[in-house]
Amino acid sequence: MADWVEACAVDDIDEEDVIRFDHGGRSFAVYRSLDDEFFATDGYCTHEKAHLADGLVMDDIIECPKHNGRFNYKTGQAKGAPVCVNLVTYPVKIEAGKVMIQI
Amino acid sequence: MGKKRDYSLVGESTRAAIETGLASAEWYHTDVPRKAMKELMQRSDGPAIRDTIIWIAAILGSAAGIVWFWGTWWVVPFLFVYGVLYGSSSDSRWHECGHGTAFRTRWMNDVVYHIASFMLMRNPVQWRWSHARHHTDTIIVGRDAEIAVMRPPDLLKAGLAFTGILDFRYSLPTLVRQAFGTLSDEEKSYIPEMEQHKAVVAARWHMAVYVATIAIAIALGSWIPLVLIGLPRLYGTWHMVTTGLLQHIGLADDVVDHRLNTRTVYMNPISRFIYWNMNYHVEHHMFPMVPYHALPRLHELIKHDLMWHAYREVWPVLLRQLKYEDFYLKRELPPTARPYRGEFHEVDMSAAAE
Repeated sequence: MADWVEACAVDDIDEEDVIRFDHGGRSFAVYRSLDDEFFATDGYCTHEKAHLADGLVMDDIIECPKHNGRFNYKTGQAKGAPVCVNLVTYPVKIEAGKVMIQI
Repeated sequence: MGKKRDYSLVGESTRAAIETGLASAEWYHTDVPRKAMKELMQRSDGPAIRDTIIWIAAILGSAAGIVWFWGTWWVVPFLFVYGVLYGSSSDSRWHECGHGTAFRTRWMNDVVYHIASFMLMRNPVQWRWSHARHHTDTIIVGRDAEIAVMRPPDLLKAGLAFTGILDFRYSLPTLVRQAFGTLSDEEKSYIPEMEQHKAVVAARWHMAVYVATIAIAIALGSWIPLVLIGLPRLYGTWHMVTTGLLQHIGLADDVVDHRLNTRTVYMNPISRFIYWNMNYHVEHHMFPMVPYHALPRLHELIKHDLMWHAYREVWPVLLRQLKYEDFYLKRELPPTARPYRGEFHEVDMSAAAE
């Protein structure tokens, strides 16, 4: 059974932005959408080892800072070259102003 | 004398780069606060739509001038303008739209990317992947598929590049080969298997347009279709080579700091329009997410950590490299900059200094 882990406070992430969260030797990216929903994916791009938290969030897309590979961060879907492999996504819930991720 | 470089992408240098950790390494970045970087990365359709309207209008206008004045000397200035727009400015459009940063709207990037790829005789699928590799392993010997001038430098080859002849001689047969369904081992080394068939289809489309152009030229009994489609790759490529060679020539290879292997230069506004601000090349390599129209602002933000370069410094370095392959130009960083990282960067240049 996966555990719920506190990633950050709600206010730690700006709207339409992403931050990095490291836990248990793994790295995650935690997103806040324009409509104030929260999402989480693996932290690294599936193409090369670049952290997505350094990238750009536009609408439902996270764009990797290294090669501009694009994913839908809500579904993890890779949106075309140079990324071909989908991102792993994780369930997220908000509890008492904290962003919780099920890892 | 150091090692003899093997620029093959499937050879000894490739193996060494992977084993030593030079391949897919972590690169130096100037510190930029997230808030500032987020603002710089923001996409907008406005600047690229404006520039593309100007670009297309200038292309069509100069093409009309070529047709109108064909057979007179008045055609020369129109050929000059059309050639540079077709054979040179297409390179920066290919580049920026390939990164997906020129426009905010994805399909606009894709449309201009494919048009510019055709103008350059570049397979749009192959070159998308080769450029991704160029960003992962910039000027890493055995890994980077886009090293323009290898060591020791072939000056005749570099000189002929300004005429477009060598590129033409490489690009057209490459497209023909790919159209017949054959990708080289090197191409397969950086194009994922699931994308390789797309490269073949793209090459077939390019060849279909060239065959149609030749057929129209024969039917009309005129050179004009070929002067407008295909041949500008020869007579208009000089500006792209002038600006493009500046990016990395004479600088270090096998390093993981773009300040050592990439050059930022200042340029006149016309060249910057043609080149879409790629003269800020260190900035682009450090932060490829920043659109071309925001690069001057990024430059202002991080120039304390960079050095400047000039074209005149290139020639003496190339001459020195003819004799000492390991020699490269290493500029001193400004006192405000963070120092170069030691690992990978220590190259013995004592022989070249004698």
